[in-house]
Formats: sequence, structure tokens, C-alpha cells
Amino acid sequence: MSIFEYNGAAIVAMAGKNCVAIGSDLRFGVQLQTITTDCPKVFQMNDKLFLGLSGLGTDAQTLHEKLVFRHNLYKLREERSMKPTTFAHLVSSVLYERRFGPYFAGPVIAGLEDNGTPYLCGMDSIGAMETAKDFMVQGTSPESLYGMCESMWREDMEPEELFETLAQCLLSGVDRDALAGWGSVVHVITPDKVITRTIKGRMD
Amino acid sequence: MDYLMGVKGPDFVMICSDSAASHSIISIKKDEDKLIPIDSNKLFGVAGEAGDRVNFSEYIIANVKLYALRNNTELSTKAVANFTRGELAKALRKAPYHCHLLLGGYDKSTGPSLYWMDYLGTLTKLNTGGTGYGSMFVLSLFDKLWHPNLTEAEGLDMMKQGIAEVKRRLVTAPSNYIIKIIDANGIRIVKNWDQDV
Repeated sequence: MSIFEYNGAAIVAMAGKNCVAIGSDLRFGVQLQTITTDCPKVFQMNDKLFLGLSGLGTDAQTLHEKLVFRHNLYKLREERSMKPTTFAHLVSSVLYERRFGPYFAGPVIAGLEDNGTPYLCGMDSIGAMETAKDFMVQGTSPESLYGMCESMWREDMEPEELFETLAQCLLSGVDRDALAGWGSVVHVITPDKVITRTIKGRMD
Repeated sequence: MDYLMGVKGPDFVMICSDSAASHSIISIKKDEDKLIPIDSNKLFGVAGEAGDRVNFSEYIIANVKLYALRNNTELSTKAVANFTRGELAKALRKAPYHCHLLLGGYDKSTGPSLYWMDYLGTLTKLNTGGTGYGSMFVLSLFDKLWHPNLTEAEGLDMMKQGIAEVKRRLVTAPSNYIIKIIDANGIRIVKNWDQDV
């Protein structure tokens, strides 16, 4: 088994009309044994920025701690929060620092720019960035997730519709993945608020 | 292989481990205490390679004590859990410690908490958990038996059922176990197979 599949995860982020949504599964397991079913892989960095981390659990936790630290320092120095683009480049830079002994994590960044435009970015474990205007997926069964997203995504979805679409993509996408699932959590980010919903899916 | 199981109730944490210490086919001792107190209200259950088990737990306990002496304040269970995870993660790419841990603690402000850590430094908070081959037979049993208002007697019964299952189904099941509980009054031994407390 690959080191990226030791713990298992599924992360999907989607862009809508002046809103962005990101969701992950809730399973925490070690290879084929499930340990807990309340471990989300998406973390809030500031009020308009979310980071999803798939891959090896310990590296995802270490990276999250490092990035919170860097973001907090930035806030103290600059007296403002980081923009999504800046944060994405920070993540890429932190990952490439370990080019020849990398963190085994797959980040997805979802945020709203100052003018409300959605920002979506995904990268591999050494920081190769790709931005997208529609959706970004990461995890142990990206093919299933890509398939679902490609067929269900449409342009300019309102927050409620965006939530429904993302939730269905995530729930169906993890059904073919033994290492991800056991419920999911979805955050919808709009210019004035963030709505978080926990979804009960197939518990297997 | 080491057996480690933990259960959290509304006002206590109970941890059980086997007490066998062996070296390949030789049984060295049957009364090895793998549930090591960190301070008066926190406990490490450590499973894994013998040298790493003792070395790592002593290292963490020493650092927790040092912090308390320097800053004149005790660390919370959550802080100790995250500190331990950090040490495991730091050592992972240098000289990894081959031990799995269960950390159980009772804080006056937040109540009981149980944390699970593996040798890679993955940390998670849980209600029931464990490590080892024995735990594979017991985890789903505990999922069925656990409920949010668990009493101490029910917790002990769960542990006994778990041990019975391990002895029934695991080929090289250990013969002796030790169960400790952490609650508002601190740490005490609930049952010790060897001394039949």
C-alpha cells in the first residue's frame, strides 16, 4: 500500500457564484481498520479561507500546525489575514522546502478573494500548484470524485445548490473507496458567513 | 504482541494493558506494568518495542515534570497529548520510536479525555480505542457496549469481556492484564490479574 493510502481521505472543493464550498469525509483509520468516525480533514485558516489536507495523518497534522503558526505570525506582523492566493503560495513553498524528504500530504485550498471571487487551488505533496475555476479533489479515490464532480458541476451555483452538489459528489464518490467515508462535513463560504453541515452517509 | 484498550466514561477513563514482557519465544516477566503515570491525573498506556516504550515514556514524563517545575503549573491532558505527538513526529524522520500510546487523563476543568497515538505521530481523541492484535477482536465489541453515560462498573465489565475475547481467540494471548482508572480522585489500580487485587 502506498504511504498516501495509509490513513485514507476524500476532499472536494467547488466554486459557485460568489461562494465556495469545501468538504471532506470523517473517517480516521489505519490501513483497513477504522479507528474513529469524527476526524474531519478540512481546517479553517481565517474567516474566508479553508485548507483541506489529505494523505498521511501525521504529516497532515504537522502541516496544519505549521501553517497555523505561519498564518498567525503573518497576522501579527501584517495586522491583517492572508489572502487565499498568498496562503496557497505559502503552502506550496512550505512543501517544496522538503523536496527530497516530503510531507506525504495533498492540500486543497478554498477561499474567497476580497471582492468575493472564489479561489480554488490544489497541489501535490511537493507543492506543484494548480488553480481551477470549477472544482478540486484530493484523496484516496480521486477518480471517483472527479467523475462525480465533472458530471454534476455547473457554473454560477448559489450557496444552497452548491452545498447540495458538493455533498452528493462527496457521498457517492467515497462509496467506492474503502479508505474514506463514514460521514462527511461540508463548509460553504459566502462573503458574509460560513455554514458548516455534517452529513450522515453510509457508515461503511 | 502488546494489548492496549481504553474506555472513556462521563467522569473517568479506564485503560487496560497486558502485563507480559517477552523476548521472541521467551517470557521474561508476567507482571510488567505498561500503564505509566505521568503525574497525579494522567496515564500513558504504551505498547510496542520494549526499549522504545520505556525510553520514550520516561522522556515525556521528565519533560512534563520539568515544565511543571519551571512554570509552576500542571499541563492539561490535551497539552501533553499534543506535546507527545510533536515529539513522535519530530523523531519520525530521524530515529522513530516504535510505540503506540493511549493517553488517559482527568482535568478538573474539562473532565476525562482519552487520546490515541500511533508510532507515526497521528493523534486522535476518542471514546474507545486500543492497539495490538488483541484490540482487533475487541474494538467492535466496545463500539456495541459503549454509551455516553457509562458507569465505572460497566467500564470494568467491558474490559473483562474484552480480555475474555482475547484469551478465547488470539493464538498467543497474554495471560495477565492490569486495569487502571483515572478519575477526579487520581489514578488507582482496578484489577491486576497477577496479584488479584
